[in-house]
Amino acid sequence: MTAMITIEGMTKVYKMGDIEVHALRGVDVTINKGEFVAIMGPSGSGKSTLMNMIGCLDTPTTGRYALDGIEVSSLNDNQLSSVRARKLGFVFQQYMLLPRQTALANVEMPMVYRGIPAADRKQRAALALEIVGMGNRMDHRPNELSGGQQQRVAIARALAGSPAVILADEPTGALDSKTSEEIMHMLMQLNREQQLTIIIVTHEADVAAYADRILTIRDGVIIDDRRNQRGAA
Amino acid sequence: MTELRRTIQPVATEKGGGLNLGETLRVSLDSLAANRVRSFLTMLGVIIGVASVVSLMTLGNGASNAITNQVASIGTNSLTIFATSPASRGPGGGGAAITPLDMSNVATIESLRLPIVGPVPQFTSSSTVIAPAANTTANVVGTTATFQEVQSIVMEVGTFISDDHVRSVAQVVVLGAELKQDLFGDGVAIGETVRIAGKPLRVIGVMELKGGGGFGSLDDQAYVPISLAQQRLFSARTANGQLRVNTITVSVLDAKNIDFVQERIEMALRDQRNIAPGAQADFSVINQAAFLSTLTQITGLLTTFLAAIAGISLLVGGIGIMNIMLVSVTERTREIGLRRAVGAQSRDILLQFMIEATVLSLFGGIIGVLVGSILPIVLTAMGTLDAPITPDSVIISLTVAIATGLFFGIWPARRAANLNPIEALRHE
Ligand SMILES: Nc1ncnc2c1ncn2[C@@H]1O[C@H](COP(=O)(O)OP(=O)(O)OP(=O)(O)O)[C@@H](O)[C@H]1O
Ligand SMILES: [Mg+2]
Repeated sequence: MTAMITIEGMTKVYKMGDIEVHALRGVDVTINKGEFVAIMGPSGSGKSTLMNMIGCLDTPTTGRYALDGIEVSSLNDNQLSSVRARKLGFVFQQYMLLPRQTALANVEMPMVYRGIPAADRKQRAALALEIVGMGNRMDHRPNELSGGQQQRVAIARALAGSPAVILADEPTGALDSKTSEEIMHMLMQLNREQQLTIIIVTHEADVAAYADRILTIRDGVIIDDRRNQRGAA
Repeated sequence: MTELRRTIQPVATEKGGGLNLGETLRVSLDSLAANRVRSFLTMLGVIIGVASVVSLMTLGNGASNAITNQVASIGTNSLTIFATSPASRGPGGGGAAITPLDMSNVATIESLRLPIVGPVPQFTSSSTVIAPAANTTANVVGTTATFQEVQSIVMEVGTFISDDHVRSVAQVVVLGAELKQDLFGDGVAIGETVRIAGKPLRVIGVMELKGGGGFGSLDDQAYVPISLAQQRLFSARTANGQLRVNTITVSVLDAKNIDFVQERIEMALRDQRNIAPGAQADFSVINQAAFLSTLTQITGLLTTFLAAIAGISLLVGGIGIMNIMLVSVTERTREIGLRRAVGAQSRDILLQFMIEATVLSLFGGIIGVLVGSILPIVLTAMGTLDAPITPDSVIISLTVAIATGLFFGIWPARRAANLNPIEALRHE
């Protein structure tokens, strides 16, 4: 097993005027390549903060973070952008598709910032859309798609650039339970068949049940880390 | 749920290190095209601004040219000399008699050997001109062959008066285009005889239409050898037996000699006409160039003024761009957050918004040039005004439009580029 993510003694303090908010109080965790991890915990416990750190969208106050062999804690803004572009795929609760662009254009968009040639980009985007079952909706705009379909397009977008890790903060938060199941099933398949490392944040136990490892956070520290039997799906 | 068959391969070719200009341009154009109505409304300010700059500058230039051409047609390098009553200019004089210019003054100017064409004397009387089929009253101008050169006269048919005609007091006449029309209609005039002051004169030439109308039009006059006018047609003898002339015109070969030539003529004529030093002369020398430069200054000022007003509307257009770009940045905060999250560098975002602003102002500028050209083109086609679209008004207004876009685009673009991706993503 190779380590994809190594976090040691990570803290994050937000300063708001005189008040200091300790969002993370010392997180230590290692996530291996090919793992499907769910992060759970009560509201305000630091789940999103941890995801932002893993996603290289923010830098920790103290501690060490290595992603796929890259020491992230020491990188500048441009280097972080580059790491996000190459190593990470994001799935958001609100899908975050560009409203006036087609599904295909939406999936292509992140690859534009990596300087991937246009023809290659199109081919990858089309394949990713096929993999998530949206091959027949490539020319549709987001407002012509259901919530579940939009989230599939968003997953295709995260997938198309062949990232090391896919990060999904409450990916089913805006979906009904049946659609949530479909989306989680698909993520599970991607994890199995493409050996993708996937990390999700969720409040719901039946969503977390698709993962093979569940981390529980409370008050900025990991209080529970256990294997999960993926029989639930 | 079907099994996933194919897998995504690792990326083989990527440049990284931010976007190139072409890709950013594509992203920007995509965004603008995705929001056509707003893009157009943003451009509207620039369109109106550039259109008014182009049309006002063009019309201003056209009007200014029309005025200067009118004056220039008289001859920019020409000096006109005519007799005046010294008393009428000074106080206490009353109605002292004017001492007219005469041929001895012409001879004096000739003897100075100045770098000029001329002098061209004119002796003009109004007279009835009788053709076989019609008659009319017209100015009959007695002059010399050089008149043609000084006034840039082109002949429709035949020739102008020659030195031989003047020497031999030939009974010939040249007709202005409109006078010919009045007397002969579309018929042939050349070779016909017209009677002026009872004398039969042979028509030897018809001038091409000068146009322009206005005062002292050359088109409705008749031209005869000055000797004929002075000696046979009208009485031109002065009290001291000289032959009278109304005006003497000289055309200075090089404009920079005008002042010098004017001074020499004034000195020589004062001398000849016995004007005491310091006394008011009994003749005037009018310098067309001085008049023209004053006129040019005024019309230039007018054009600048119009352009400045138009410039203000362009400025307002620029502020419009900034305004909408700021709204656009706020409205697209989540889009910016998303782009940053998936790997756009802040430089890419800056460039994207700068290009959007520049493209808007450039397209607005181009449309503005087209719209602003309509009025001058229509007016020129109708013959009201000769106002060609000058390349400099197009280049100036396009440059200003692009500069406006860049200048007013920087602030919104920097705001977009400096957004924190996490906060931008959370933006409602
Ligand atoms: N930018 C910020 N500035 C100040 N405090 C912040 C900021 N972001 C998060 N926090 C604080 O850090 C703590 C952890 O927030 P975080 O968003 O990680 O919680 P969460 O576990 O994702 O909660 P939820 O389940 O509601 O999404 C909270 O107390 C929150 O108020
Ligand atoms: Mg959260």
